[in-house]
Amino acid sequence: MITLNVNGDQHDLDVTDDTPILWALRDVVGLTGTKFGCGMSLCGACTVHLDGKPIRSCVTPVSAATGKEITTIEGIGASELGKRVQDAWIEQEVVQCGYCQSGQIMSAVALLKENASPSDQDIDNAMSGNICRCATYARIRSAIKLAAGQPVAKEA
Amino acid sequence: MHMLPETQTAETARGDVSRRDFLKLSSGLGIGLLLEFSLLGTACSKLGIGGKQEFTPNAFIHIDQDGVVTIVAHKVEMGQGTYTSMPMLIAEELEVDVSKVKLQHAPPDDKAYGDALLGAQITGGSTSVRGAWKPLREAGARARMMLIQVAADEWKVRPETCYAENGEVVHQPTGRRVPYGDLVEKASRLPAPSAVTLKDPKDFKIIGKPVHRLDAPSKVNGTAEFGIDVKVPDMKIATVSASPVFGGKLVSVDDSEAKKIQGFQQVIKLDNAVAVIADHMWAAKQSLAALKITWDDGEHAGFSSASLREDIAKASEAKGAVAKNTGNAPGVIASADKKLEAVYELPFLAHATMEPINCTVHVQDDGCDIWVGTQVPVVAQMVAAQLTGLAQDKVRIHNHLLGGGFGRRLEVDSVAQAVSIAKQVNFPVKVVWTREEDIQHDMYRPYYYDHISAAIDEHGNPQAWQHHITGSSIMARFFPAAVKDGVDPDAVEGATDLQYAVPNVYVDYVRHEPPLPTAFWRGVGPTHNIFVVESFIDELAAKAGKDPVEYRLALLKNAPRAKAVLELAAEKANWSSPLAAPAKGKAGKGVSVLFAFGTYIAQVVEVEVDADQQVRVKKVVCVVDCGYTVNPDTVRAQMEGGIMFGITGALWGEINFEQGRVQESNFHNYRMMRMNEAPVVEVHLVPSQENPGGIGEPGTSAVMPAVANAVFAATGKRVRKLPIAKALTTT
Repeated sequence: MITLNVNGDQHDLDVTDDTPILWALRDVVGLTGTKFGCGMSLCGACTVHLDGKPIRSCVTPVSAATGKEITTIEGIGASELGKRVQDAWIEQEVVQCGYCQSGQIMSAVALLKENASPSDQDIDNAMSGNICRCATYARIRSAIKLAAGQPVAKEA
Repeated sequence: MHMLPETQTAETARGDVSRRDFLKLSSGLGIGLLLEFSLLGTACSKLGIGGKQEFTPNAFIHIDQDGVVTIVAHKVEMGQGTYTSMPMLIAEELEVDVSKVKLQHAPPDDKAYGDALLGAQITGGSTSVRGAWKPLREAGARARMMLIQVAADEWKVRPETCYAENGEVVHQPTGRRVPYGDLVEKASRLPAPSAVTLKDPKDFKIIGKPVHRLDAPSKVNGTAEFGIDVKVPDMKIATVSASPVFGGKLVSVDDSEAKKIQGFQQVIKLDNAVAVIADHMWAAKQSLAALKITWDDGEHAGFSSASLREDIAKASEAKGAVAKNTGNAPGVIASADKKLEAVYELPFLAHATMEPINCTVHVQDDGCDIWVGTQVPVVAQMVAAQLTGLAQDKVRIHNHLLGGGFGRRLEVDSVAQAVSIAKQVNFPVKVVWTREEDIQHDMYRPYYYDHISAAIDEHGNPQAWQHHITGSSIMARFFPAAVKDGVDPDAVEGATDLQYAVPNVYVDYVRHEPPLPTAFWRGVGPTHNIFVVESFIDELAAKAGKDPVEYRLALLKNAPRAKAVLELAAEKANWSSPLAAPAKGKAGKGVSVLFAFGTYIAQVVEVEVDADQQVRVKKVVCVVDCGYTVNPDTVRAQMEGGIMFGITGALWGEINFEQGRVQESNFHNYRMMRMNEAPVVEVHLVPSQENPGGIGEPGTSAVMPAVANAVFAATGKRVRKLPIAKALTTT
């Protein structure tokens, strides 16, 4: 039995220690906002925060989360920064299919937590691990800047 | 707006007698597709509605007594914005606030929800706005007229003295108002008007104005429900391994090690695949990996990319079915003094939707429930009915948001597989493919082999143009009736409607099937043909020693919309000013022009090619004339995304085979563009009153040749075989 603390709630789970957090969240806890994309830490769709730091939940076992706080897309809006980023995403009309956006937002919030005013290079460094097949990258960049209070270029 | 949760949708579909009978009735009428609204409205309004009042004037609109407007989405949302643009069309004429409507996925029903262009309930081919532009506005307008009629009758005034506004009917002279909810009961008993007058576009309040996507809020907080997110009571999770060679068979499975894994439930054997059912995906994955599986690879065990290419090149030697023949191109080319010819090749491509393939199925004696995100709900229903032996109406499709479609979810191979698995158990099972399974058992965009040639006059212009296309026919499998006299209209689209003024044009097609099925990929036929046509016209310009834009403009004398987008793209991209040389490597600009899906596009692409021959696309200027735009920001978004999808494919995309097995497996070797590689994309919309054109796919089709042409401008190397990265580094 493993105890996971997710968005402030305790969950006792009957899974093996090596179970990736991703599948514990999706199939056992029942929080499906965190997405499966590759299973190999290649796409970032499964990004969650472990004690505030972004991790790829598809390759991080539940044993690594013992005694730590997991935050998922379902919980990130409870923080002022998380809400600001979600609002910026809507304002910049980022989403298309939307499947990767949980992971994108989790990576973006983690970036802004560490760096309140990221440069384009900082954004590239933090976000290039998150694949978006709809290629919403320019809008993700704009939304991060908007959430950071930086000027955002207007569409032509 | 919010999507009704699945349970609520299912309840509405099953529990509401009026709606179910209405659908049954509508499908029994068998008259036309979307032209039968008035009949449907009449049929529906005659049905008794026990207790609960609801106004359902047609298949797309319900209004309840509280005034809540529910719009039925006949198209699926896979990112293209249709869950916003379709409600906008209805809301404009119905006079309701589009941000307040509820949206419900349509049940499978070709008659009620078929696309006017495709003739069936399919989301694909950049058709949604094109097909629904008139019918959905008419649906909204008819409902509005009926509501106004009821209000006018109540007030004993002429309907012409009333108008609708923000979910209410207003009597102009007195200012009296009544909300739609109060009119529902009587409206539901009225016959629908046979004639309808649509708004003058100058009076549009919603169409053509930017509207925030209605699906965005749920997609930024984790509540959006994709097919893979479905939760059904007592559901188990399965993952699958199909024969590594297409057409191979399962011989035996040893599950002695898998049985030791915590959460393992059982192994399911299919003719060509093995599934493990478990408590959760991790247990299923581990158990699958622990199986000892013996396959019979079958007759395709030996094929490779090299053998496939050899086969198609040989097949191309045959004469094809004639798709277009103006003048005497073969004769003119044969006798020409000056000519140019080239062979172009395009690889197999996987779709790699971000949401891996999945399908949840519960088969019971008296019915089958399927939870999935599909572009073809009716086909999914038919296949499940065949496999289960159930009547088609006993198969309930619960459609979901799609985490990308791109043509992959036009196919039901995975639905059939999931039903075959679920048939063997008495509980619901969610089948989820790993990314490796998704890449290696995709239905691929065909390999194409094109031989193209032209006779050139003294000015360097083409006098004759001959395009000989060889490749798999997706239509022959997907929609055989569309193939006429051996010509697959998809395989030649973008080749036959050449916009350039060439007096002699001959296009023919040789069908050649590889030993595995092929499927549509974003941009479908034009993605292949526009690459060939726009690359070859660039070759002709180079051979004539002319500027690629000037050369094209002169040949577009009979195609004013194509010419206009090209002129504007050249201006916006400062075509005539040379690029600054990069610190390392070379830079170049390339151009392309597209007419497909009813839309005109011109693009100018800037690339840098470094000393290691690595290509970086720096900037894309895209000018679009897609006629009337419903949601302009969605057009921009589709151009941005479609362009990067196309660049990804052009630079890196290819699926290879060795010993019958796909070599690529995940994002480390089937490369996707990432944020640090994304170019600046500048989109310019040409204001237009023409009928809407498609927007989901043309951006992808147009950019691939523009990138290759820019690489030529930078390096002098003409890429005739995609992907570009491989072409530059291997020869």
